[in-house]
Amino acid sequence: MAILWRRSRNIANRIRKCMNKGFMGCAVVNQSCWSSTFQSSSLSNLRPVPYQNSRYLRSLPWSRAALFSVLRSKSTVAEKQLDSFFSSDSDDDHRSLDFPGGKVTYTSEMNFITESSRMRVPCYRVLDDNGELIMGGDFQQVGKDVAVKMYSDMVTLQIMDNIFYEAQRQGRISFYLTSTGEEAISIASAAALTEQDIILPQYREPGVLLWRGFTLQEFANQCFGNNADYGKGRQMPIHYGSKKHNFITISSPIATQLPQAAGIAYSLKMDNKKACVVSYIGDGGTSEGDFHAGLNFAAVMEAPVIFFCRNNGWAISTNISEQFRSDGIVVKGRAYGIRSIRVDGNDALAIYSAVSAAREMAINEQRAILIEALTYRVGHHSTSDDSTKYRELDEIDYWKMARNPVNRFRKWVQNNGWWSEQQETEVRNSIRKQLLQAIQVAEKTEKPPLTELFSDVYDHPTSNLQEQEKQLRETISRHPKDYPSDVSV
Amino acid sequence: MKLEMGTGTALRNIIGRRFGHGWKRPFSTATCDVENQHSANANTNAKSINLYSAINQALHIALETDPRAFVFGEDVSFGGVFRCTTGLADRFGKTRVFNTPLCEQGIVGFGIGLAAMGNRAIAEIQFADYIYPAFDQIVNEAAKFRYRSGNQFNCGGLTIRAPYGAVGHGGHYHSQSPEAFFCHVPGIKVVIPRSPMQAKGLLLSCIRDPNPVVFFEPKWLYRLAVGEVPEHDYMLPLSEAEVIRKGSDITLVGWGAQLSIMEQACIDAEKDGISCELIDLKTLIPWDKETVEASVRKTGRVLISHEAPVTGGFGAEISASIVERCFLRLEAPVARVCGLDTPFPLVFEPFYMPTKNKILDTIKATVNY
Repeated sequence: MAILWRRSRNIANRIRKCMNKGFMGCAVVNQSCWSSTFQSSSLSNLRPVPYQNSRYLRSLPWSRAALFSVLRSKSTVAEKQLDSFFSSDSDDDHRSLDFPGGKVTYTSEMNFITESSRMRVPCYRVLDDNGELIMGGDFQQVGKDVAVKMYSDMVTLQIMDNIFYEAQRQGRISFYLTSTGEEAISIASAAALTEQDIILPQYREPGVLLWRGFTLQEFANQCFGNNADYGKGRQMPIHYGSKKHNFITISSPIATQLPQAAGIAYSLKMDNKKACVVSYIGDGGTSEGDFHAGLNFAAVMEAPVIFFCRNNGWAISTNISEQFRSDGIVVKGRAYGIRSIRVDGNDALAIYSAVSAAREMAINEQRAILIEALTYRVGHHSTSDDSTKYRELDEIDYWKMARNPVNRFRKWVQNNGWWSEQQETEVRNSIRKQLLQAIQVAEKTEKPPLTELFSDVYDHPTSNLQEQEKQLRETISRHPKDYPSDVSV
Repeated sequence: MKLEMGTGTALRNIIGRRFGHGWKRPFSTATCDVENQHSANANTNAKSINLYSAINQALHIALETDPRAFVFGEDVSFGGVFRCTTGLADRFGKTRVFNTPLCEQGIVGFGIGLAAMGNRAIAEIQFADYIYPAFDQIVNEAAKFRYRSGNQFNCGGLTIRAPYGAVGHGGHYHSQSPEAFFCHVPGIKVVIPRSPMQAKGLLLSCIRDPNPVVFFEPKWLYRLAVGEVPEHDYMLPLSEAEVIRKGSDITLVGWGAQLSIMEQACIDAEKDGISCELIDLKTLIPWDKETVEASVRKTGRVLISHEAPVTGGFGAEISASIVERCFLRLEAPVARVCGLDTPFPLVFEPFYMPTKNKILDTIKATVNY
């Protein structure tokens, strides 16, 4: 294995010893085999890789030997900071101790690892704020069909959010939460996956479902909780779930999906499936115990999960400065032995590339990956929130206008000659019409019948439930006015 | 403890098949393969073994009959702190029987994920006293997984096993009976066996039941309870209470280790001419109201006993239900002989516990009301 970077002979020796013992700790190895399929930064020109179909990367033969365990992302600046702590000029052969967990070098210098690196972990981006490709970058090329679908889905998500938000304001649905500002995250990450990859969302990722083909009508049905809602009207709006799209039903408690993701991924591993799990979480959710549980389990079980953290700066009104004192989320990966990357969450191409790469690693190496996407929550937390109460209008406006992920990607797509002003107008009008239509239909559709209150608590109704249903029906017949008329009894 | 024999039933080889995306698995229902406990069959091979060995047998059978059954938890690999998982890792391999990190919320969350993919996830929580970090996953996730998804998804393959109850020297954190917390959660089942023979059959039913189940094992009985246990694969029905001692003057209801204490009280009461009917509830939710009600209609008196503190204990639910159903038949108030409203104490354990004499005194008071 090539070691491209050496600071001293002793570092190299130490690294070699660590490698031989299968210990991943102290080494930094810059050779990343996956980057051979990407455009390498060592090339001065951008050499586009021919784009055949969305799965070409997945068909490349991977050499397992080449993917030996110490692969690293290209970004190593922060690592150098940390590893300088470990450097020394002494011969380490008889300065090592044996303990459970392996050999460690000892030192008589008392040094605390600093609470943070001098420099923050850099953020991977492909497009600049004007939607221009940054020269010399690594990224996975996206062809016209995928790019156009990505862009139009981002537009659809934007419009869907606006219209459903308004519908809640008009009292037509009880609740809604938008993905405004984070459209690139859900659409681009979904685009980099296959339909066999299983999604465990938090709640701000309906774009993933949209990408996979969930219709506007299906979204509306769930928000109205009508008879066509797959969830049978049991949960609040936006708690989508779709078995046919491998999208596990959303639940309100934060981060509970993370250890479940490890379990699902373990099942895929047992099946030898060429698929992974992608579980989403926000910045706030990483403070939950289930974040720790989920990452630790996934690492120990060597489960193919991608933990995707949308760090949008806010957990309702709690700014990230009140959420953690670490350098965001990306640095936490190492605490669990999980490979991690920080990406620009408003850069659709960066997300697409990072998730593609993460997926390959997760599946081929059977390991967990952590992606932190930096972004900004432009909208309020939900329709129950007014974020102007705790943050500046200027700030919101800046992110909405100057750092808009949809506009940014549009520029790139347009510059490739794949999108026009006319298409923009057509698509926006068409989506708007479809949404208004979907809402009308959903609103008029009956609610699920009363039996659906009692079914699915267990695989079949138990005697106490049968008894309660009987009593309830008697009560309803005595006091019909107490009950909504759109639920048939 | 009453000796139990069972009829031989056909060995049911339950091999899961995967359909479609691999979500569905055919689960056997617990009402199949019901063991007829009252008829002995000379052809049945039964050995006298203790509770942890019976549990161990059930786990061996569960893994043998379903290649997608998994056993995991803290320390299960070497056999577990109570030896319930002995031999499993050697026989079925480290990918199916494995240690987890020390994290109950992770164990249950991971188990939910495994079960959601159609596997049988048998999770061990080392002591019921430590189940609380997993309470969110159990209540908010496992119990609601099927309902909230409109039955698109379910985690019915999840079984959570935990040793519970007094052990003589366990103190606050090795003696708890937390069943009442879980009995308040629609969507899960709570099952507690009283003996080795019951444990094996009930555990296999729990594992194969298409709903998430919490199975509390009376740790006091792991070594102490020895009984004839058929060697083959058999299941006992869930949500069916059992009259384990017939009587006519008073109905006693209990579960787990407490039943043996109650039985001694019944034997003593008999010497004073009081005929006691003793019922093992077995499944706490959904519980078999019919059997208890039928007994109370016969006797007119009921006494419930459990180790857990009396206030808010599951005895309160049984009492309220029986009063609703049998008020005019009752000859005396429903009695409860339970643990005190204190944390489970160490040196004071003998004072805390619902002892035979406390039960006997209450039987007499109820009969003489």
